[in-house]
Amino acid sequence: MSGTAILEQSGQASRSISSQLDYENQYVSFTVNGQLLGIPVNAVQEVLNPQAIAPVPKARPEIAGLLNLRGQIVTAVNLRRRLGLPDRPTDQPSMNVVVRHHGESFSLLVDEVGDVINVGSESLHPAPQTLDAHWKSVTVGVFRLERRLFVILNVAALLSLK
Amino acid sequence: MEDEILKEFLAESWENLGRLDSEIVGLEKNPGDKELLASIFRTIHTIKGTCGFIGLTGLGAVAHSAENVLGKMRDGALAASQVTISPVLEAVDEIKFLLHGLEASGKEPARDNSDLIRRLDVIATGIEAALADAPVTAPLATASSVAPPAHSVPATVSVPAAAVAAEPVTAPGPAKSNGPALSANAELTGEHPTADGDGASRSVADLTIRVNVDVVDRLMNMVGELVLTRNQLLQMVRGEDESKYAAPITHLNRVTTDLQEAVMKTRMQPIGNAWSKLPRVVRDLAKTLSKQIDLMMTGAETELDRTVLDAIKDPLTHMVRNSADHGIETPAVRRAAGKPEMGTVRLNAFHEGGHVIICIEDDGAGINVDRVKQKAVQNGLITEADAARMTEKEALSLIFHAGLSTAEQVTSVSGRGVGMDVVRTQIERIGGTVELASRRGSGTTVRIKIPLTLAIVSALVVEGGGLPFAIPQLGIVELVRLGAEDRHRIEKIHDKAVFRLRNRLLPLVGLDDVLGLERKRAETDDVNIVVVQVGDDQFGLIVDEVFDTEEIVVKPVGQLLKSVPLYQGITILGDGRVIMILDVAGVAASFGGIGGQTSERDVAHEGEDDQSGTTSLLLFESQPGTMMAVPLSLVARLEEFPRSAIEQTGDRLVVQYRGNLLPLLPIEGDYRGTEVDPQPVVVFSEGAHSMGLMVSSIQDILEERLVIRMQSRRAGVLGTAIIDARATDLIDTHYYVMQANPEWFTKKPDLKPKRVLVVDDSIFFRQLVTTALENEGYRVRAVDGAKQALRCLDGGDAFDCVVSDIEMPEMSGWEFAKAVRERGWAELPLLALTSLAGANQESKAMRAGFNRFQQKFNVDRFLAAVDDMISESQPGQQEASA
Repeated sequence: MSGTAILEQSGQASRSISSQLDYENQYVSFTVNGQLLGIPVNAVQEVLNPQAIAPVPKARPEIAGLLNLRGQIVTAVNLRRRLGLPDRPTDQPSMNVVVRHHGESFSLLVDEVGDVINVGSESLHPAPQTLDAHWKSVTVGVFRLERRLFVILNVAALLSLK
Repeated sequence: MEDEILKEFLAESWENLGRLDSEIVGLEKNPGDKELLASIFRTIHTIKGTCGFIGLTGLGAVAHSAENVLGKMRDGALAASQVTISPVLEAVDEIKFLLHGLEASGKEPARDNSDLIRRLDVIATGIEAALADAPVTAPLATASSVAPPAHSVPATVSVPAAAVAAEPVTAPGPAKSNGPALSANAELTGEHPTADGDGASRSVADLTIRVNVDVVDRLMNMVGELVLTRNQLLQMVRGEDESKYAAPITHLNRVTTDLQEAVMKTRMQPIGNAWSKLPRVVRDLAKTLSKQIDLMMTGAETELDRTVLDAIKDPLTHMVRNSADHGIETPAVRRAAGKPEMGTVRLNAFHEGGHVIICIEDDGAGINVDRVKQKAVQNGLITEADAARMTEKEALSLIFHAGLSTAEQVTSVSGRGVGMDVVRTQIERIGGTVELASRRGSGTTVRIKIPLTLAIVSALVVEGGGLPFAIPQLGIVELVRLGAEDRHRIEKIHDKAVFRLRNRLLPLVGLDDVLGLERKRAETDDVNIVVVQVGDDQFGLIVDEVFDTEEIVVKPVGQLLKSVPLYQGITILGDGRVIMILDVAGVAASFGGIGGQTSERDVAHEGEDDQSGTTSLLLFESQPGTMMAVPLSLVARLEEFPRSAIEQTGDRLVVQYRGNLLPLLPIEGDYRGTEVDPQPVVVFSEGAHSMGLMVSSIQDILEERLVIRMQSRRAGVLGTAIIDARATDLIDTHYYVMQANPEWFTKKPDLKPKRVLVVDDSIFFRQLVTTALENEGYRVRAVDGAKQALRCLDGGDAFDCVVSDIEMPEMSGWEFAKAVRERGWAELPLLALTSLAGANQESKAMRAGFNRFQQKFNVDRFLAAVDDMISESQPGQQEASA
């Protein structure tokens, strides 16, 4: 799904309160290393195609660099590294899921962006006990979709690199 | 600062007075109007209060007496009638007159208002009847008081005709008795044609408007966007000489730059605005705590962006309170410690490399490091073992932890431990840093470094390791480009590169190395060195390429990058690229090249045993296996000479060097240096004279906290310090320079550096004189006023010579010289250094007690005079000042 689709949705949201309520159940989905992940649609500012990212020397490895979003500076976080996954081959550029957090914009670099998934009445299950502790620290919970598991990430936790 | 306060005071007073006239007139018509009376009273009260605060005694006295009368009226003790109100109006006119004079000349006009004041006081004390009985005398008195004898009106007083005419009071003419007063004013105007009829110097109130801060902020944001767009346009037409857009874009460029500067200026405010309340705070504190505290503020004119100013107001107040409360001791304690009873808190602000530095310094008890550790252990911040291991500096940094207050008694003043941690958070939020240094018994210094502005700076764009970076122009001293033939001027000491730039060794570091980037520049390329300034130190940053200087819009470093100490901001270039703005101090700290914590100059002023900050040391072997060290800043050059080039003349070794003979000396007691070939030589210079010290090998450059553990009796050794965990002798360069060139120093047989006290209220001259003296090897203490100078002397500071300005606020050079002599420093050489000229000034200086008189400023003559005076006064001077 492209970024415009999400923007359209957020446009509708501002028009109708009822659809905003629906947001509770909507998540932007994306994949990283084959894993289906998601964050609440409310948290997402926009989705961008691969961008020129200026590296920041001596920054921690999870920081991919900075990008210029219409004059606004956005810090790009390499989600693979953040999740302890291997890097992608350099010829495969990453998509940007731009989120706002504490008044600042961040871009989560993901492999591919999927649909906005409405989980409906599906309930969020806690992350399985066996999940790696590092993953657990950035996970809100898991939805059991028909065919696969949908892991919901905690944006605040992802962006607190201490 | 004085100027700013004065301007504010004038603007405020005009605003109030404008209203006052009509109000008083209204009161006369309607004497029962309580509200009107209260408003008038408040206005006069405000003026009186401010006058007292900024030391306008004449104005204050008039306002005070008028206030008394109005107070009586407000309280109903005195009826508001024409007879009682006229003198008040007179007082208002007089206040206006004085304000005009003040505005025109910057000084309060000297006027004899005793008659007016006496009449006001008479009314206030209730002899109203007496006045009412003799109504005819009142107007007469009025006339004589406002038009005083001509000789008492100073030439500087001028009353703009327009201003007098425009005053509404003239038209309604509240009372006939007031008529003479006004005509007297008009006469004065006629006598002093300096009053500008064309309105060129309109009063402050006419020239200022109040604008909502939000408007200015919005303007700034829009200008920021405009600058970015301008940069993009410039990028587009660059290289297209024939573009039809070139001319309009050039114009747009110029207008944008001007606009940006103008808007920036609207946001800049002198830091003194954040200080204005502090004298009062300290005064009240001192009273509450029964202490004597003098608050000295220098550099109040230092400007910074108002957002930054707002952000530091509270932390600053807090720290000054802290100094007054925790720092300064009670008079009894101070006396017992041999210090003057009056404690001093000094606040100093200045610009440094794109930042504003604010120092808060007190001469109080200093921080009890053991007590801090003890407290930290009690509160579970650290363990006993940690405490034992901690250095003093580390322990001091504990102060910034939450919940640590070392005041023995919790006072209402500084509260309990809600202090430095909050201060630090607030300052870091705007991209600043706080450092703290303290010496037990002698005081504490807090150094705050904050960005000048959060908005737009001029920066040089460079490339290192294949990436572009911006370096703020303010931090850049110069650019050096070395062709292949000059590459050899870059030398290696151990693995540290240094470059001989004129007479000093400049530590070098590759930008790519600092940033951990791959090296893209080839060994055969030209070398681009950006010489940058950090504190009093300089270092060279080797970059791959140097591009243009650009006006860049500084955006703050995001949350996730804050921990990287190398950047002070981010910007977007005209072509849309995002680049990092380097923080040169952070870069310096990261490669450990130079201290940057406490500047060298501070250390020099504090005395040799100051333990804060680190020093770059050159480590060498005097003979194989024996390590010695010397501060790198004292080393002029490092050389290697083939043994064959070293010649013997008489009993001395020399080498031909740069067309001169360079005397060579071995390390005292180690005459084995000459066994190596080529011979490594460390060159020292003092003034125009150099000498080479033959050493066995150059080892390393280290960054160490230099603490001299043991003084040495050995010739040529200053003392022993622990360097790199080994006891190492520090050599005394002055000794060797003197040994090599004894004839140059016949006048200075004393090895101890001479101490000079410099007194000047001008920062510029203070700096100039200080630098000149320090370059000659003097140890300088510079103060901004005569009173402080006297305190230094009273405090037992011994100086070999005092250099003083004449025209200074508070206490003039004449008074200072007299005071010095009266207090018994009969032999202390005093040099008057002034812009005043003339034989009578000189003889006046001599009568006041100066030994010499010089006009500002010829360096050579000045240094010669200082030198002469000290050698003439020796040896008696030491005892005299002790």
